Amino acid sequence: MIDILQSIIPPALFFSAPLIFTALGGVFSERSGVVNIGLEGLMVMGAFVGIVFNLTFADVFGAWTPWISIIVAMIVSAIFSIIHAVASVSFRADQVVSGVAINFLALGLGVFLTKQWYDKGQTDMVTKPFYTTDIPLLSKVPVIGDIFFQDIYLTSYLAIVLAFVAWYILYKTPFGLRLRAVGEHPAAADTNGINVYKMRYIAVIISGALGGLGGSVFALTIALNFSHATIVGQGFMSLAAVIFGKWHPLGAMGAALFFGFAQSLSVISAGVPFLEDVPQVFLLIAPYVLTILALAGFVGRSEAPKANGVPYIKGSR
Amino acid sequence: MASNKLFNILVPIISVLLGLIAGAIIMLVSGYNPIAGYTALWNGAFGDLYFMGETVRQITPYILTGLAVAFAFRSGLFNIGAEGQVIVGWLAAVWVGLAVDAPMIIHLPLAIIAAAAAGAIWGFVPGILKARLGVHEVIVTIMMNYIALYCTNEIIRSVLTDNMDSTDIIPPSASLASEWLQGLTYFSRMHYGILIALFAAVVMWFIMQRTTIGYELKAVGFNQHASKYAGMKVSKNIILSMAIAGAFAGLAGAMEGLGTYGSISVMSGFTNLGFDGIAVALLGANTAFGVVLAAILFGVLKVGAINMPTGAEVPTELVDIIIALIIFFVASSYIIRWILLRFKKEGK
Repeated sequence: MIDILQSIIPPALFFSAPLIFTALGGVFSERSGVVNIGLEGLMVMGAFVGIVFNLTFADVFGAWTPWISIIVAMIVSAIFSIIHAVASVSFRADQVVSGVAINFLALGLGVFLTKQWYDKGQTDMVTKPFYTTDIPLLSKVPVIGDIFFQDIYLTSYLAIVLAFVAWYILYKTPFGLRLRAVGEHPAAADTNGINVYKMRYIAVIISGALGGLGGSVFALTIALNFSHATIVGQGFMSLAAVIFGKWHPLGAMGAALFFGFAQSLSVISAGVPFLEDVPQVFLLIAPYVLTILALAGFVGRSEAPKANGVPYIKGSR
Repeated sequence: MASNKLFNILVPIISVLLGLIAGAIIMLVSGYNPIAGYTALWNGAFGDLYFMGETVRQITPYILTGLAVAFAFRSGLFNIGAEGQVIVGWLAAVWVGLAVDAPMIIHLPLAIIAAAAAGAIWGFVPGILKARLGVHEVIVTIMMNYIALYCTNEIIRSVLTDNMDSTDIIPPSASLASEWLQGLTYFSRMHYGILIALFAAVVMWFIMQRTTIGYELKAVGFNQHASKYAGMKVSKNIILSMAIAGAFAGLAGAMEGLGTYGSISVMSGFTNLGFDGIAVALLGANTAFGVVLAAILFGVLKVGAINMPTGAEVPTELVDIIIALIIFFVASSYIIRWILLRFKKEGK
């Protein structure tokens, strides 16, 4: 049993981490009332920047390269997400449409620049990706240490910690209260002296940073290079995790962990006794079918923040 | 406001122009010659009859996926699932094409109807989940895309073939391909599907503008509660809208399966026809006529782009950037309207 858990849990955490980061970004944005279909594009941008930075500066920063890469990817994606903020907050654009534009734009730019800089459709493999490590002390704990803390990516735990941080920020700080107020009833928030536009800009930029983090972590742990096929739907999965998790940071984390677990099933099935005989296709579609069933059955109606998707126009009722 | 109609026409045109200008600036900044780039694009789309045939071939599925997204949009539903609906439609069309043996007059319509039906079923599922259980259609359609992709690949490998990556070519009795059209266009892959696509656009226009069903669908899109109060069945309309939208996308799959390729192959990723359909619908302002125009524009851009690397050494992805910017400008139509109004006031 421990062997089975040991072969299931690390890959599940490994596949979940990028989804958790990005879904947390989605929670921030949507809680403030800005729908973010552009998560996919933000991940693409993060993956692109993470890989390019890593390839370019691997000699300069040595072992620290992947960590600096994901920070740079966060910054660039945060800046990139301002486009979505400008369109959906200031220009009162349809937020879904603007998000779709972000997706097209990120992929177009990423592959365009890849072709221009590397003269081919994909980059080389990075030389300094993230490696698995044992977590000191905790990995020595019998049973639990073997399952959870050996041969694990630090980014997986960073994602889980960040989910709790996000929960604390959104539910225990004045900033979080304001951010949620802006998404529920912007006019009331405005009356109370909260700057609706500013809050929404901040929320979208946070989602850009976290989306970039998710994309770069995916690129530097799973994909290891960048091409048009590096990020294919992970952003949409994260969006699903946001809604599945009822727009709550911990809920989104749980949903992302579930997706990660389901995805890892098809990868590790060969080594797990009771999964060996299941045809591959069932394991491939399992996460998606289970999501639909879960949404239809267990979770029930998921209610979005009230003002989600509605541009705020000062003075309108 | 009387000038509203004018704005509705001006905004897309200005957006397209801004997108093309931005594309030129990007080419300049990256050290390419924009004039050479756009010349290559133009030649790639209209340079000779072969390229024109290919452009029409690309426009065909774009019209249909554009309609699929636009139709659902009119009832207030966002159909990201056109992608999956295209894939199952493609599969169903080829399957019927291979499995049935009948004269053309039965075989071809049967294959086309199968594609539409498969797409409709793929749209029906998110529709009924939305209507009965309130599950967000965006998530369900995203999930249905993946289910379509993996199931289709599995069916190609283990049902339609014996572990091969591609099926046989369908018999001529189920094919939309036309030797006459191919001969006319130096053997491009142009096929009769364009007629079906244009007919579908007319169908959408007719349903939306001339029938009670269309009126109800639009009413539900505007305000569900008011429609309910007026005695309309909101859930029935949601389901119907998604199913019809799915049927349009399924037809787009038939265009690929029966027209362009004549077979179906294992796919490593999505066809992108459905995702591009979102862009087509948005630029076309979700009307049948607008979708046709937008599909023509995107078909020209996409096919023309293939010639850009050889013609001007510009990566084809430049066109994706341009398309993204066009959508972005369409979305930001508020600011374009505002600027236009400023100019108007100053002119007076």
